[in-house]
Amino acid sequence: MTKPLLDVRGVSKSFGAVQASTDINLDLREGEIHALIGPNGAGKSTLIKQIAGGLRPDSGTVFFDGQDITGLSTAARARLGMGRTFQISSLAMDYSVLQNVVLGALGRRGDIFRFFRPVMKDADLLATANQALEMVGLEDVKNFMTSELSHGQRRQLEVAVALTLSPKVFLMDEPMAGLGADGSRRLMELLGEFKQMAPILLVEHDMDAVFALADRISVLVYGKIIASGSVDDIRGNPIVRSAYLGEEIDA
Amino acid sequence: MRKEPLLNMALLIALLAFPLWAWVADEPFLITLTTRAIIFAIAGVGLNFALGFGGLVSFGHAAFFGLGGYVMGVLAFHAQTYTPVLDWPFVINGTKSMPIVWMVAIVLSGALAVAIGALSLRTSGVYFIMITLAFAQMLYYFTISWSTYGGEDGLSIYVRNDFPGLNTMDPIQYYAICYVLLLIVLGLVYAISKSAFGLALGASRQNEDRIQAVGQGPFGLYLTAFAISGAITGLAGVLHADLNRFVSPTMFSWHTSGEIMIFVILGGVGRVFGPVAGAVLFIVLEHTLGGLSEFWHIYLGAMLLGVVLFARGGLIGLIAGREVAHD
Repeated sequence: MTKPLLDVRGVSKSFGAVQASTDINLDLREGEIHALIGPNGAGKSTLIKQIAGGLRPDSGTVFFDGQDITGLSTAARARLGMGRTFQISSLAMDYSVLQNVVLGALGRRGDIFRFFRPVMKDADLLATANQALEMVGLEDVKNFMTSELSHGQRRQLEVAVALTLSPKVFLMDEPMAGLGADGSRRLMELLGEFKQMAPILLVEHDMDAVFALADRISVLVYGKIIASGSVDDIRGNPIVRSAYLGEEIDA
Repeated sequence: MRKEPLLNMALLIALLAFPLWAWVADEPFLITLTTRAIIFAIAGVGLNFALGFGGLVSFGHAAFFGLGGYVMGVLAFHAQTYTPVLDWPFVINGTKSMPIVWMVAIVLSGALAVAIGALSLRTSGVYFIMITLAFAQMLYYFTISWSTYGGEDGLSIYVRNDFPGLNTMDPIQYYAICYVLLLIVLGLVYAISKSAFGLALGASRQNEDRIQAVGQGPFGLYLTAFAISGAITGLAGVLHADLNRFVSPTMFSWHTSGEIMIFVILGGVGRVFGPVAGAVLFIVLEHTLGGLSEFWHIYLGAMLLGVVLFARGGLIGLIAGREVAHD
């Protein structure tokens, strides 16, 4: 087995009396999609924030590519190669679609302190940006304002921006939330392609998508990982069924 | 989208044609009035860079305006009294040379903005507004008690500073200087708004999570924007002091900060030419309504209310429409 690219070890976090993460161990290896599932309020977003930055665990360590990143800022983690998409689209809404992806390419290249050359004429950045838009299928709307995009297109754009960062891992927080059947299927196909570029830690609510896509699944309930394993392991796991899946599968 | 550049061009042409007409018609007062509008416009362009492009609502830009004014006042005071500004550990003499005064004011205002920004950018929202206000008020009270330079009464300078080859006491020639400086500042701000820095700064304003997710921090962007903003407003302060040949603590007062903010909001926040339109409108109102009633600020207030409630893009936005990225 390859060495994990992302390795979360013994991470705990509490807010007052609420234990949001309890001794969580989780890893992500080259070429896989590792899905993190769990009911609402299980602490999925809290965990993602501790991995991507924004929240510091009370104890435990997050290793990325062999480096301890527990104390690093969100921006520093992104520079190391974490491509994150947000649960609620977090884009520059007053910018065009193209500007948002160029921003990603610019952030990746790092030379933001250039004051005179027009950035939207930078051939390098445009090439990266257009390529990312093509991959997610947004090239036709690239001159639209981001605020004019549909919900689904915004999700695609989030993914496109993450692509421009040429990340070492993708952290995707419910990328399919609110997408229709068509949109979900499309994004699923894309994620299948992306995992060849970089492994994906996928937080997702959509069970069909998770079972179809994931190589491994971890189940988070009340801040604890109660099971972790292959799709079949999880499907057959009685604890998971009673704690979480039972209701959803019957429904 | 195409209307805005036309409108901007019309504004620049009007600002050229009107003083030329006033010059031909021998109305020096109107030239001076337009000069004031130009100088206020530069101050507004400075604030707009922080407020409009960076989303930093500074209520303390009088600090930079006033500092620019006092740089001019202090240097000219020592030049006209033939005393050194500083005689130990090294001698610094006063000067009456505009380019030198401009450079000093730009550098010092930029440096002051870095200092104020480094402290106040740790906060945001209302706290940022209050801290910037507090810094400007500190300088206001400091200059009131600074008796060397006139204290509360301010400093009078007998003759306007010199610019090589020009007679700066001639209103139209001084106007030309200010107009060219406005063009340079507008060109600079326009270029920066289209640059990599401009793209990143605008993204930070819209969404800090976004800029961090692409691996960049907003703090450095904000601080740089604040420094550029302060430097531009500082330059406006010098020009204002030179226009009146007088500086006083009023330049540092919160009224000044408020007025600069009014230019930006009236004209259109975040639009390169917004503050130019705003400053011109302000001067026109002050001149026409001010002649009718000494309480003309009531009408200004009503207009400001109207803009904030119904025309977020200010005067420019009202005429040119909302900016859209595609045709």
